[in-house]
Amino acid sequence: MGKKSYGSPYFVWMSIFIIVPMFLVLYYAFTIQTDQGMVFSLDNIKRIAEPLYIKVFVRSLVLALESTAICLLIAYPAAMILADKKFSKSTTFLVMIVLPMWMNFLLRTYSWLSLLENNGLINKLVISLGFERMQLMYNEGAVVLGMVYNFLPFMILPIYSVLVKIDNNVIEAARDLGCTSFGVFKKITVPLSLPGVLSGITMVFMPAISTFIISRLLSGGKVSLIGNVIEQQFLVLGDWGFGSALSLVLMVFILISMAFINKGSSGYEGGIL
Amino acid sequence: MKKIVLFVLIMVMLITIGTTGCNSSSKVTLNVYNWGEYIDKDTIKMFEKEFDIKVNYKTFTTNEDMYVKITSGNAKYDVLFPSDYMIERLIEEDLLYKLNMENIPNSKFIADEFTSPLYDPSNEYSVPYMWGTVGILYNKKMVTDVVDSWDILWNEKYSQQILMQDSQRDSLMVGLLKLGYSMNTTSEDEINQAKQLLIDQRPLVLGYVVDEVRDKMVNEEAALAVVWSGEAMIAKAENPDLEYVIPKEGSNIWVDAMVIPENSENKEAAELFINFMTRTDIALMNAEWVGYNTPQTQAYIQLEPDVKNDKSAYPDQSVIDTLEFFVYDKKATELFNKAWTEIIAD
Repeated sequence: MGKKSYGSPYFVWMSIFIIVPMFLVLYYAFTIQTDQGMVFSLDNIKRIAEPLYIKVFVRSLVLALESTAICLLIAYPAAMILADKKFSKSTTFLVMIVLPMWMNFLLRTYSWLSLLENNGLINKLVISLGFERMQLMYNEGAVVLGMVYNFLPFMILPIYSVLVKIDNNVIEAARDLGCTSFGVFKKITVPLSLPGVLSGITMVFMPAISTFIISRLLSGGKVSLIGNVIEQQFLVLGDWGFGSALSLVLMVFILISMAFINKGSSGYEGGIL
Repeated sequence: MKKIVLFVLIMVMLITIGTTGCNSSSKVTLNVYNWGEYIDKDTIKMFEKEFDIKVNYKTFTTNEDMYVKITSGNAKYDVLFPSDYMIERLIEEDLLYKLNMENIPNSKFIADEFTSPLYDPSNEYSVPYMWGTVGILYNKKMVTDVVDSWDILWNEKYSQQILMQDSQRDSLMVGLLKLGYSMNTTSEDEINQAKQLLIDQRPLVLGYVVDEVRDKMVNEEAALAVVWSGEAMIAKAENPDLEYVIPKEGSNIWVDAMVIPENSENKEAAELFINFMTRTDIALMNAEWVGYNTPQTQAYIQLEPDVKNDKSAYPDQSVIDTLEFFVYDKKATELFNKAWTEIIAD
């Protein structure tokens, strides 16, 4: 009975709910139903190579990257302000960032509908000010907006927690030695905050590339992401084979991007995996 | 001493939990699986009260997702409300229980044209719940052309003002009928042509929706929508600028009926439920609440005259003659599935 046995409940949990389902996905992806039962086949995997599904994958990737980039652009300055020792209201602001997450994310996405619709609150305001009605929903822009809104806290919090731990003496030393404030930012703050940035990127990118409900609601079913196609295969068409094959490719996609990110983070303390 | 008090307290708690648990499990729980927004919830409460049976009520969005749920999961349901062609499929796959009509005496009130339907010719598996049509709901203020054909859904003038159904048979039907084919075609070529037509239509479409369509049309989000007739009736009542039309190329007529899956463990209670839903006062309450057409003759008689005489809800026989039921075909279903995936993914 070493310390290792303390990990056994987690190990059991992981095997039942992670390892076994993964093998099921693998199994369904490489088999098809025939009159003789399930037989090995590459048909499902081959079908993904059709231009249509490649297009869906590319679209999902582009939108996820866009959302991640926008999240980073907003989150980094925000985290810097929050981590600033001279900023006294940081607790209040942190609570305000976390607070919406106490509400169900579906509800929050639904409430965007009533804001963005053609006859929604924003358009009503715009029209009452004498401008033309804008189509804010039913397009890719709305999907990106929904992702940024929902995943932004996952970018701010890791960056903030890294920034707040940077030793002020390091920065003061740099200033004493005549470094400009931009130099301090470039040479000290950014490199030291990189682990937070990388885990923020992972935490935004992964849900963004696999989401289906944000695209479903905010594009009115017009923008299909890979998550939507997978959902449709499982819940509407009952084609578990093709659905699993798509899920498998999505997992490979995510693994590759994680490998990229981890490669970038090696050499700094605290990677993601 | 403290320990003994604690022990007694815990025992008391356990016993109470145990007994209340027993009480609730001795009462029959009926699992009912129905379409969203498709019942007056008061009728369920009335049923629970009258028969002391608990109803666990769940909803689905399309026939297809109901089918996947009941065939792939461990979820057991006692009463389902599928449409005609889906009932045909369930019968073909031996998933339905043969009803004992003696336990459902109210089925005598079902109109003749709905007894022994094509999907259940021997009238053994299903009791009709509602019927209706598929057509175009449009806003008279926003549409200046005459709406009498599916063609208007391809009119570029209404770009970004058209809502389609996120339901494969209903949307593919529109494409097939516009091309002059049967909605029940099994030809791969014809289905592919309809698929291409719907892909070409995508830039004009505002969204693909099911249950949201009513709110969106009432709020004037869009000018034209493919809808099921009952949704149209409720929407018309909420926004008088809306009008419902069955296009001249014909359309789909459907029946949603109550069935009991073979694996149900409460078949008698389920029959009680079906009989209750077919009772005149209950059928009337539901017909008034959901806005669809009731096949229950006594309830129909008691409907408000302006509902009964609304030709868009209860069309003339000459219009009904242009309508067709969906038919289930295994091979065609695979083609429809594939076509629909490609339309939605594009």
